[in-house]
Amino acid sequence: MAEIWQEVVFWVFAVAMSLAALRVVTSSNVVHAALYLVGTLMGAAALYVLLFAEFVAWVQVLVYVGAIVVLMLFGLMLTRAPIGKAHFDNNQRLLAAVVAGALFGVTSYIMVRAFDGTDVNFARTVGTKAGGLGEVIFSAYILPFEVVSMLLLAALVGAIVVARKDEEVEGHNAD
Amino acid sequence: MSGLIDAIGPAVIIALVKVLVTFVMLLGITLLVVWAERKIIADMQSRVGPNRWGPFGLLQTLADGIKLFFKEDFRPRTADRWTYAIAPIATMVPAFLAFAVVPFGNEVTIAGHPINFIVSDLNIGILYFLAMGSLGVYGIVLAGWASGSKYPLLGAIRSSAQLISYEIALGLSLVPIALVAHSLSTLDIVGAQAGTIRNVTFFDGIPVLEQVANIFRYVPNWYIWSQWPAFAIFLVAGIAETNRPPFDLPEAETELVQGFSTEYGGIRFAMFYLGEYIHVVVISAMAVTLFFGGWSGPGFDFLPWLWPLFWFFFKTALFVYLFVWLRATLPRLRYDRLMWLGWKRLIPAALLWIMVTAVVNTEGVSRNVRLGVFAALFLLVLAVVLRGDPRLKEAVTPQRRRTQGRLSRGAA
Repeated sequence: MAEIWQEVVFWVFAVAMSLAALRVVTSSNVVHAALYLVGTLMGAAALYVLLFAEFVAWVQVLVYVGAIVVLMLFGLMLTRAPIGKAHFDNNQRLLAAVVAGALFGVTSYIMVRAFDGTDVNFARTVGTKAGGLGEVIFSAYILPFEVVSMLLLAALVGAIVVARKDEEVEGHNAD
Repeated sequence: MSGLIDAIGPAVIIALVKVLVTFVMLLGITLLVVWAERKIIADMQSRVGPNRWGPFGLLQTLADGIKLFFKEDFRPRTADRWTYAIAPIATMVPAFLAFAVVPFGNEVTIAGHPINFIVSDLNIGILYFLAMGSLGVYGIVLAGWASGSKYPLLGAIRSSAQLISYEIALGLSLVPIALVAHSLSTLDIVGAQAGTIRNVTFFDGIPVLEQVANIFRYVPNWYIWSQWPAFAIFLVAGIAETNRPPFDLPEAETELVQGFSTEYGGIRFAMFYLGEYIHVVVISAMAVTLFFGGWSGPGFDFLPWLWPLFWFFFKTALFVYLFVWLRATLPRLRYDRLMWLGWKRLIPAALLWIMVTAVVNTEGVSRNVRLGVFAALFLLVLAVVLRGDPRLKEAVTPQRRRTQGRLSRGAA
């Protein structure tokens, strides 16, 4: 009984996510596109909850929905302020389709290979506690964790360098 | 009736009843809080305040709500239709949802089922609370953009910058709590603050202080004593999260003509209003839960289930009063000072405090050493405050020269 409901809920979210994802790339209004992206990411969070991965689900909401898309909207409003309709089409649809298709293919291939033949029983999956997850991250997966944090640090420093150059020149002028 | 309960399962019934009760309770609390705010501020400004509807004007908020309900539902011509409609709901819903992880009473047993006064005890409750806070930005950003006019958009841009900045400080201020409680669940955190501080041996051997240490046997074991820097950061960032004065930059009526909600009226405006007050209640309730022992307090044999509820709502009410008090007292921060405070003071302070907590709470460090560290830090801060440190003065009026340079560049 429970498994049937899990299946039903999964398909509802999967279809909704796919539709939202489609609208992200077809919507002509860039703020609407960002909102559809929110829908897609929330759907992904819902799927995590369905898999009893509460921690990952709420981190998904906190980081992707609560910070990254908000920053995107912030950036849009600060730079172009697209009140009403605004078209941002750089006519690279073919290239975009090829890249997206290739990414989708590679990810699907890896996922299918990784779970090949194993039947994952979601009903018996035990929810991960935050403590256990932390232990795993800081023991078994410490190297990927550190690599990712270095990447983020590099991005952070890069952002500061890019932003800083401007200010130094102008500060010089002001003096 | 009992057949129906068996068919659906008692767990589902309990959950539904909890959701319904909490929702109605929050609406009722909002009515009271809005009324209380108007009364308190009126009192502070030597006015009478609402006094026409009901005893002491208690029904004023209800009357206002009914009025707003029956107002014409208009939409500006330039507004973005659906986004304009979604924005007020997107403000209100996360505020309500965030209350789901607040435990507001002790466990009771009704018809053989143990029931906690909490909608959902997530094992990552704090994370959930932060996630709901971060979703609250959407309502304001979308409202500002969808209104299709300039002032709301400026309000929206301000708010997204403000909320993102202070969310970081808010999140970091809760990390030390998770460190000392060994859990992200709000129930566990309240449980960890049960009882009183005992066996303080820090003063042993010192003649007079030895007797003074006995006082600690009557002091509740709340996190506020050991985690007061985290609490200070939490409170400031929490007020900023609610967009209340002195952090009400997004609406700033004198500068932005009410900011993001300029183009809203009727029931849609009421939803923004409701969301703001629910947010105030949630932040207050969270402060009580995380730092002031939640529902814990002296209980009596008479109606034993009532006392935890009473203590929880009493403590929360004190915080709501603080929010109102701040609104009546403090002027609005200037935008660049707001950013300066968030990024250059709160976030470094929060990071430093995480380090101190992590080091001091390592296994093997005795309780007395911890007490010593906290006492020393407290005295240090107290000394700085009492001396009127120039750096502290700078915190209130920071970097005048650099700011002028920035203004001349035209960065608003």
